[in-house]
Amino acid sequence: MELIQYILIAVFLVSTIVGYLLINNVPSRLHTPLMSGMNALSGVTILGALLATATALQSNTPVAGYIFGSLAIILAMINVAGGFAVTNRMLKMFGKKKDSKDDE
Amino acid sequence: MMNNTVLLAFSTANVLSDTVYYLLCGLLAVAVLLGIHLMSKVEKAQYGNKISALAIALGIIITLVEKDILPVWVVYPAMAGGMAIGLILARRVRMIEMPQLVALLNGVGGAASAIVASFAFAELYQGEDLFGRSTAALAVVVGTITFFGSLVAAGKLHKLLPQKPVVLPLHQTISLFTLLVLLVLVAWGGFFTVTAAAGLLAAMIVFSTLFGIVFSVRVGGADMPITISLLNSLSGVAAAIAGFAVNDVLLVSVGGIVGASGLFLTQIMCRAMNRNLLDILLGKTTLLEKKAEAAEEPEAVPEVEEKESVDPVTIIQSARKVIIVPGYGMALAQAQHLVKKLAAWLAGNGASVKYAIHPVAGRMPGHMDVLLIEAGVPFEDVYEMDDINEEFQEAELTIVVGANDVLNPAARNAQGTPIYGMPILNVDHCKNVVFFNYDLQPGYSGVENPIYKRKEGVWIIQGDASVTLADVLSQLSKN
Repeated sequence: MELIQYILIAVFLVSTIVGYLLINNVPSRLHTPLMSGMNALSGVTILGALLATATALQSNTPVAGYIFGSLAIILAMINVAGGFAVTNRMLKMFGKKKDSKDDE
Repeated sequence: MMNNTVLLAFSTANVLSDTVYYLLCGLLAVAVLLGIHLMSKVEKAQYGNKISALAIALGIIITLVEKDILPVWVVYPAMAGGMAIGLILARRVRMIEMPQLVALLNGVGGAASAIVASFAFAELYQGEDLFGRSTAALAVVVGTITFFGSLVAAGKLHKLLPQKPVVLPLHQTISLFTLLVLLVLVAWGGFFTVTAAAGLLAAMIVFSTLFGIVFSVRVGGADMPITISLLNSLSGVAAAIAGFAVNDVLLVSVGGIVGASGLFLTQIMCRAMNRNLLDILLGKTTLLEKKAEAAEEPEAVPEVEEKESVDPVTIIQSARKVIIVPGYGMALAQAQHLVKKLAAWLAGNGASVKYAIHPVAGRMPGHMDVLLIEAGVPFEDVYEMDDINEEFQEAELTIVVGANDVLNPAARNAQGTPIYGMPILNVDHCKNVVFFNYDLQPGYSGVENPIYKRKEGVWIIQGDASVTLADVLSQLSKN
């Protein structure tokens, strides 16, 4: 294994532990926005999609690479953009104060 | 050659030094963690989400620069297209549809990870990098499971698929067998080079698809919160493992954060529902059998409307300290605005009104809170179970709208039932309880609720809550 792979494992361990600890403090009323926010974060795979597409375009099957790569990019982007936007929409509702409740 | 047409005539490979790039990745990972941390306070949660979003946006930019993808202009239309679809979905979705949207987004994220990993696998398969190969194979499997598991869950939630748990003959055996085959395939892909990459990939995808579907079809309504958070965790895990395969540090880090926190959230849900995570994974069917028994004799519960001479309307009028317990039934009846009106009437009548929410009310964790807040209920009035459970005995009146299992006192002492040991709202400690429930059938757990048979202080108004509540409201405003 290469050095980068050991670093990746270390990064993975630290991230999981810290993430695990942080969630404990989130109140259950915020679990839906939390989850959709997390969901958006999991679209971080867009980074992999970009990288894989760029690599595949240099390979000897660029067309297949382009098609599947674009598919991955589209899907990951739906995940990221949709996730953050809908989380923001929900949290905006939470942000409303008590005095603005008669806005039906 | 395509290379000349897909590249713009510049390179950004040397703009960032490796040190700067890794430093930036570290900073962005910390920003994501900060964003999650801010999610723990209602007032700051919005900023938390924005910080996380910004971190991912910057992550995309530095990746484009560092890996020299910026000149590959053909990726931009795909990015723009995906972004547009995502934003439209986010804008159009109704809050009651949140669970299926989250499941769907989860699924597409998982699919993206699976595709990325497939690329990496095809590239690394003949090589010596066993770590890269095995992580790529694993990410293909986890990503595909996430995709199909989420699609089935979303389909069920959106009522495109039957919502009842579908149990195949030998369901558990099929799950275990599929899982075993997948393990073998991953090990094969990671350490041996016998067959062609394409065949192996196809086999992995087929069996992962099968497992994802088999896993999700047997999940019924009330297990959905657990399933959704588990799939959420899986989509993070898939991203992290794909990150190992393509050596992307930010992908590994953020994926790891999502995976771990999703798992933690899943544990919270399991505890709140008194379910064992392993049972759900393997598809134990105790719940279903119980439910089938209960369904045979639906008439066992007497059709009590009012056991008291006092009218429920009178009780509602005289109460000064009221707790409202909304359940998924309220959401199904779309009665949250009526509930809010009732609360407003009570407040106008001089009563204090609080809402009590069970942690797994609804179809995803925290779903009920979002629905109430969308209806305009101020979040200061909405209390979590542990914060309000002591107050039921002092309250003069509890109004239950479409909730059953989460307040079933059988959970405290009925050993052997699926809900035994599950934390519940202490509604039975309140001296007066008015139910607006659709019927008196046992809930998802299949356990009858003894509170319906209580001799005093229980009023049950059966029917669609949007009708019954409107009726009571009109009577209240007449008097």
